[in-house]
Amino acid sequence: MLKVNDLHASINGKEILKGINLEIKPGEVHAIMGPNGSGKSTLSSVIAGNQTFEVTQGDVLLNGESLLNFLPEERAHKGIFLSFQYPVEIPGVTTTNFIKTALNESRKAKGLPELPANELLKKIRETAELLDIDRKFLSRSLNEGFSGGEKKRNEIFQMAMLEPKLAILDETDSGLDIDALKIVANGVNKLKTKDNAILVITHYQRLLDYIIPDFVHVLYNGRIVKSGTKELAYELEEKGYDWLK
Amino acid sequence: MELKEKLISSFLAFENTEAGEVDSKILDERNQAFLQFEKLGFPTKKEEDWKYTSLKPILNKDYNLFPETENNIEFKEVKRFFIHEIDSYKIVFVDGVYSSFLSETTHEGCDICLFSAAIKKPKYKMVIDHYFNTIAEKEENLTALNTAFTKEGVYINIPKNTVLPKPIQVMHFSTGNNNDVLLQPRNLIVVGENSHVQIIERHQSLSQNATLTNVVTEIFALKRAIVDYYKIQNDLQTASLIDNTYILQKQNSIVTLNTYSFGGQLTRNNLKFYHNGTQISSHLNGITIIGDKQHVDHNTLVNHLTPHCESRQNYKGIYADKATGVFNGKVLVHKEAQKTNAFQQNNNILLHDGATINAKPQLKIYANDVKCSHGCTIGQLDEDALFYLRSRGIPKQEATALLLYAFSNDVLTCIKIPALKNRITKLIALKLGVNLGFDL
Repeated sequence: MLKVNDLHASINGKEILKGINLEIKPGEVHAIMGPNGSGKSTLSSVIAGNQTFEVTQGDVLLNGESLLNFLPEERAHKGIFLSFQYPVEIPGVTTTNFIKTALNESRKAKGLPELPANELLKKIRETAELLDIDRKFLSRSLNEGFSGGEKKRNEIFQMAMLEPKLAILDETDSGLDIDALKIVANGVNKLKTKDNAILVITHYQRLLDYIIPDFVHVLYNGRIVKSGTKELAYELEEKGYDWLK
Repeated sequence: MELKEKLISSFLAFENTEAGEVDSKILDERNQAFLQFEKLGFPTKKEEDWKYTSLKPILNKDYNLFPETENNIEFKEVKRFFIHEIDSYKIVFVDGVYSSFLSETTHEGCDICLFSAAIKKPKYKMVIDHYFNTIAEKEENLTALNTAFTKEGVYINIPKNTVLPKPIQVMHFSTGNNNDVLLQPRNLIVVGENSHVQIIERHQSLSQNATLTNVVTEIFALKRAIVDYYKIQNDLQTASLIDNTYILQKQNSIVTLNTYSFGGQLTRNNLKFYHNGTQISSHLNGITIIGDKQHVDHNTLVNHLTPHCESRQNYKGIYADKATGVFNGKVLVHKEAQKTNAFQQNNNILLHDGATINAKPQLKIYANDVKCSHGCTIGQLDEDALFYLRSRGIPKQEATALLLYAFSNDVLTCIKIPALKNRITKLIALKLGVNLGFDL
């Protein structure tokens, strides 16, 4: 589904990604771990189309099609979803209206008509139920005054509504206590199918207790230095990153 | 002939037309103001308060000063400029002349009518003599000019203990049938003790001929009165507005004045609040969204003369293309005004390199036990926030609009008339060039 070939990316002339290779197949969960500054968030930003970074070499393919010439919104329409570490607050726009706009823009891009209001409401209701989200929460302004946990749950709600092919969860566990972490991980697990894929980016192994990865990669200094199964995550937790240098 | 000379030479004729009919106090004030204007002339950029706003481009036209002919327009032609979804009193002027056809005034329980009628009838003499031109700044060039030519406008007198059942809409249309026009409405609004009134004011040009409006409004909010005032400024590129609004508040009164500046060649808002009593509350809110080469200048003053009062100013500005903005907000806390609570906030976003904002917040405090704060920011759109929205599939233009809407949202929440709030948010969406598929 997603193929990253020898990806190099830099910001202000400084190279952050120095040749990343990665392949994710439908139905798989991959985790990328690594110390601060290793390039984890850069990788997710580049895949989602953040133009702050310049891709200097290599390619990112989704189902065989290069994503690099597409805008962030176009990549979203093609099925990429990025859950942010720090979701943005939008006072005055409810989560419901926000997701309605996002969903209909995506439909428009695919040549589909807008989702009728009753179908949209049904979808919202079902998704909220699935993720155990109080619907009152959805009529509040997007992320405004939300706790860390609420923001992350809202991200997962949006992911569920948009039904991406590939969801990238960037440091979804940061700032969450263990209960919030479980709720978020549960939500993600419910959304997993054999047709979609998930890329989890994290610092710590603890999220991977709840979202079980098929593969774990270690990102260090802009390169994937080691790949393995979930056991690799435990090894990292125990030994730290130093032994990989 | 220059505009100043033209005004001076036409004053004598103007003065003679109605002498004998008009209240003597008015005649007196007009004469004094005329002398004042003759001395001062139009303000130039050399004056501190006009440093960033030049009137030159709008003064060099051959304005028709007294467009007398009544130009009737059909309601359906101008319906879209009214908040027509709600029942309201309406005072409508077409080229400076009252349109009875479009208006809905009243004398039942209160007076919502014409200034020209009020200054000729003895029964209004006491109110006029007591209030007229008492808070308008006599030494201010354009206010003096307006006072000199006082003739028509709005007269609103709400007696005590009256809550108006519906808002008042004040509309000034300019048809362009008289070529370029100079309009100078003069308004007097007195809101009695415990009374509550909501007013919506709009100046709208209907043609490509130039319109220059120099309006003066005096508002008196007596004890415990509540005044909610909304100014919608979304005029054509050929129209300019100089709005001079003076407000005197008595004990426990609450006045909220909202200014939505979305269009026009040049817009200058001189907004001055004076306190006379304790526990007074003044709220000044503004949203400015302009582009092209439009210019909006907010010049505010809150004059804290008495103790235990509060004032809150919240102005948001969004400037695109080569638009220029000015925020010159002054808070004056006199020695007697202890326990004042004054707050001023001015946030600006510049969308393009050619856009400019000149922000000049000023606090002058002579009392020693007060709480005053001000904040002023100038920035660009947050790229990370924009990326967040776009990563959800929302295109750049819509994402930008959502962020700008969020930026101005806290000013919108204070609109107390739902149909008006709806209209303003639609105007914002229109201004930002988006259709978000839902009412913000």
